[in-house]
Amino acid sequence: MKRNGLNTFGFLKSDRRLLRAEPDFRPMARLLQVNWLYVLLVCVLAGVGYIALYSAGGGSAKPFAGPQMVRFGFGLVMMIAVSLVSPRILRMAAVPVYLLSVTLLALVLRMGHVGKGAERWINLAGMQFQPSEFAKIGLVLMLATWFHRIGNERMGNPLRLIPPALLTLLPVLLVLKEPNLGTATIIGVIGATMFFAAGMRLWQILLLVAPLPFMGKLIYSHLHDYQKARIDTFLHPEHDPLGAGYNIIQSKIALGSGGMWGEGYLHGSQGQLNFLPEKQTDFIFTMIGEEWGFVGGIAVIALLGTLVMGGMLIAIRSRNQFGRLLGLGIAMDFFLYCAVNLSMVMGAIPVGGVPLPLISYGGSAMLTMMFGFGLLMSAWVHRNERDPGQEDDED
Amino acid sequence: MFSRNTPFRSRIRQKRQAEPVRSGRGVFTRRALLVMAVQAGVLGVLGRRLYNLQVVDGGHLRQLAERNRTSKRLLAPARGTVHDRFGVALADNKVSWRALLMPEETTDIPAVIERFSQIVPLDEHDRARIERDLRHVHKYVPVTLHEFLSWDDMARIELNAPSLPGVLVDVGSTRLYPFRDLTAHIVGYVAPPNEEDVAKDTTLSLPGMRVGRAGIEQTQEASLRGEPGSVEMEVNAVGRVIGEIDRVEGQQGQDVRLTLDSVLQQQVLDRLEDRVASAVVMDCRNGEVMAMVSTPSFDPSLFDSGVSHAQWNEWASDPRTPLVDKAVSGLYPPGSTFKPAVALAALKSGSVTAQDRFNCPGYYDLGGVRFHCWNRWGHGMINMREGLKFSCDVYFYEVARRCGMDPIKAVGNTMGLGVRPDIELPHVRSGVIPTPEWRQKHGFHWNGGDTVNAGIGQGFVQVTPLELATYTSRIASGRNVQPHLLRATNDQLSAMASDETVPKVDLPAEFLDVVRGGMFAVVNEPHGSAPKARLDLPGIQMAGKTGSAQVRHVSRALRESGHFNSMNLPWEYRPHALFICFAPYDNPKYAVAVIVEHGNAGADEAAPLAKLIMTDTLLRDPASDVRPAAPPPPPAEAQTPSAPAEASASAPTESPVADDQPERGATQ
Repeated sequence: MKRNGLNTFGFLKSDRRLLRAEPDFRPMARLLQVNWLYVLLVCVLAGVGYIALYSAGGGSAKPFAGPQMVRFGFGLVMMIAVSLVSPRILRMAAVPVYLLSVTLLALVLRMGHVGKGAERWINLAGMQFQPSEFAKIGLVLMLATWFHRIGNERMGNPLRLIPPALLTLLPVLLVLKEPNLGTATIIGVIGATMFFAAGMRLWQILLLVAPLPFMGKLIYSHLHDYQKARIDTFLHPEHDPLGAGYNIIQSKIALGSGGMWGEGYLHGSQGQLNFLPEKQTDFIFTMIGEEWGFVGGIAVIALLGTLVMGGMLIAIRSRNQFGRLLGLGIAMDFFLYCAVNLSMVMGAIPVGGVPLPLISYGGSAMLTMMFGFGLLMSAWVHRNERDPGQEDDED
Repeated sequence: MFSRNTPFRSRIRQKRQAEPVRSGRGVFTRRALLVMAVQAGVLGVLGRRLYNLQVVDGGHLRQLAERNRTSKRLLAPARGTVHDRFGVALADNKVSWRALLMPEETTDIPAVIERFSQIVPLDEHDRARIERDLRHVHKYVPVTLHEFLSWDDMARIELNAPSLPGVLVDVGSTRLYPFRDLTAHIVGYVAPPNEEDVAKDTTLSLPGMRVGRAGIEQTQEASLRGEPGSVEMEVNAVGRVIGEIDRVEGQQGQDVRLTLDSVLQQQVLDRLEDRVASAVVMDCRNGEVMAMVSTPSFDPSLFDSGVSHAQWNEWASDPRTPLVDKAVSGLYPPGSTFKPAVALAALKSGSVTAQDRFNCPGYYDLGGVRFHCWNRWGHGMINMREGLKFSCDVYFYEVARRCGMDPIKAVGNTMGLGVRPDIELPHVRSGVIPTPEWRQKHGFHWNGGDTVNAGIGQGFVQVTPLELATYTSRIASGRNVQPHLLRATNDQLSAMASDETVPKVDLPAEFLDVVRGGMFAVVNEPHGSAPKARLDLPGIQMAGKTGSAQVRHVSRALRESGHFNSMNLPWEYRPHALFICFAPYDNPKYAVAVIVEHGNAGADEAAPLAKLIMTDTLLRDPASDVRPAAPPPPPAEAQTPSAPAEASASAPTESPVADDQPERGATQ
């Protein structure tokens, strides 16, 4: 930082210098730039997922673990490939990707496959696809591009913030319509975090945050009875042990039966005996907690945390706003997935269809997450690209 | 630093001109670090929550998990079997098959049921039950299609298994009564438990559990039932069994051995033929009931699977009451068989001595009412022995009048009459020996005529055949024997009551001798009232007493018309024929009591039967070397005890003893 800081005095600052700072465009050279430690951690996480899915399949690679690994293989290749793509190309792709994701979201509302009472899936060439996952990536790419274009200076202009706010609200509303409150919230929080990190001014933040408590009150007074019932179920799951509270109670029971050291791999009674609902998807962590105990569970949380922090550090290390925001958006996306899923299985927030990334069984979540990691890695590979006409801050 | 992020455009422009454009990296770094801190905090909270869930609350949740995982199911124990005194099974368990339908393994349930009914017919009742079960149970709970399948049905179902998806054959157990009606009243029967039973003992809700509903099956329920075992199974979330964790074998029900001799029982039944009758054979030394027959009987096996309505109605409406065990719950006026008790009471009270003679002119006047002797010509001056021998009514009218009811009741009770026998059967009834107080309790006045009537065992006196057999045994052995059916349980011989251990009857021996002598005279002396009861066995004599109990008042006019003959009455108005006896006279071993309902005259109908039964009994006695005079009957052992079919086939036609006998009394 200090070394770079010299440039602020910048008599040497020139376009030529910037060009020289451009990374080598030869593919092999860029491959070497990939943060292989981070890739390794991603692989470890996927390995944990494989082991857990093997157990969820009753001690068999079929039907979960095997297909999931094939997907991970594709995803890994995609991640590496995406990481080599230049940010300029990514920025060019941002608008089409965003438009495509929003279009898919709109499509799923019209012709989506109904699963678990909500329209979330779409059939693309025989493949089940969940556009809301893709929408997050599209939004991150779009916002990063937008904030990159306006730069930190124009963040102070509220007019400049209205278009990205609308760009965020559109997918949020569409996902909310599905209805998928969990994912909608995640998309909204990702957008808000990117606004925050992009340098939104404090007064703007205060202006937005201040009325929130009143909003909450207003919203609650307008809730339907069934929505209030859902909140009640969440607060008192034991009132309805075989109904809506069943998942939460069973999940807690399974975690508790794991204890400190777990019941042993492939020996988790609740998971193996199908007491756990959706043990291969949303509740995979419960299964891990039951079989590997608190020790295994906290290790997985630590691994997830490492990947989140690593993503954040990659974002911080980037010398351009686009890379920073892209990295932060992806890391935030990953973090929110993990946090919402873990809170859900531990009964801390109401149940919603949010998988545990890279561990839960599911194709579109895995592939979009790996695509996101590819974007993150692209930010790393091209971290030394500077925004044209701008210098690093002195600090 | 935020202060520098001034909102004013003009200042931005000024600044832009003044210094290089800020990239926002510093802001980003600070805010990203803030975000990271929040992220780390959230993950930390989640980790903390995981710790609480898994380690702090772990024990409690583990219990819940265990309850989730296992399902304890009870295993029905095998019911104990019932044997006769020689070990022949009277109630056994038989393997049976039942067809079950697993709803979840079938797509088209009606079609499968239709195909099944072509193999094993299902009636409307079955179909309605199956439909009801299918509606109410979960898909993974099997529904019984048909119980008690025969081997053939089972084989045909197995053969057609491919066209019957979801149908499976399960092995169960049925109660088997090899002797069917022969021991039905004693052994009783079992039936599926009803809601009341299940409420008392939930283990009865197990499939295949049965409850004893009558006889030994009912009274020995506690030993026969056994303890249910349990199997702890691992089940999944929908309750399907995954595996077995633990198995506790139940305690099989204890076997019960009876004092009954199934061969003798069969012989007695054969002797009674199609009469509505009851006979009890008792070892008079210890009270063991060796045969106890009540005809007609019923097939107890039918109750296990549920008796059809038609069958039940037939039994219930039959005037011959096949379902009632007449031996223990049939109440009859004892008639003249009561006279020995009256004699003993009179002797004991001292109101009459054995030598006192009374005149019998054929009638007896008391308070303006004339009571008749059965012999309208009278018996003259007779003493007690002769009174018993002739069964003179007038003599006992006088004895009863002198003695009064209270001693009669006391001695009757001592001898086992009017006291509920403590035998291992349900629905055992107690006879009645009336007293003025008893009568008054029922709101009636007792008059002298009632006493003299009771003196000949008529009027309000009522006894059961088992009481009569007990009474006879006590007269014969002078011991206070208690009738019982249970010989041993679980192959351990119970402390069997032998003649040495049974206490003596609370009566002086000389009084009993007088009565025994009178009863000997009845059978063996000239002009005794039951010459047809004389045994044909060399060196063995039987003593007995006849009884003919009126069931309907005979009017004086009819009696005096001289044309009265009870044989002309409709069946149900004819007197009951009774006979009690014991043998051998000099060393009593067995007592027999026979009651033939509406058999008219004890001497003609019951006495010959009693003689045949006593003969059979004596020939069965392994300790005696008694052999019939001539022609010798085949040894009783020739009848295979374990083969009921053969036993019943060896009916009267094969019995040479029966052939020797004169015509039955009823025809005379």
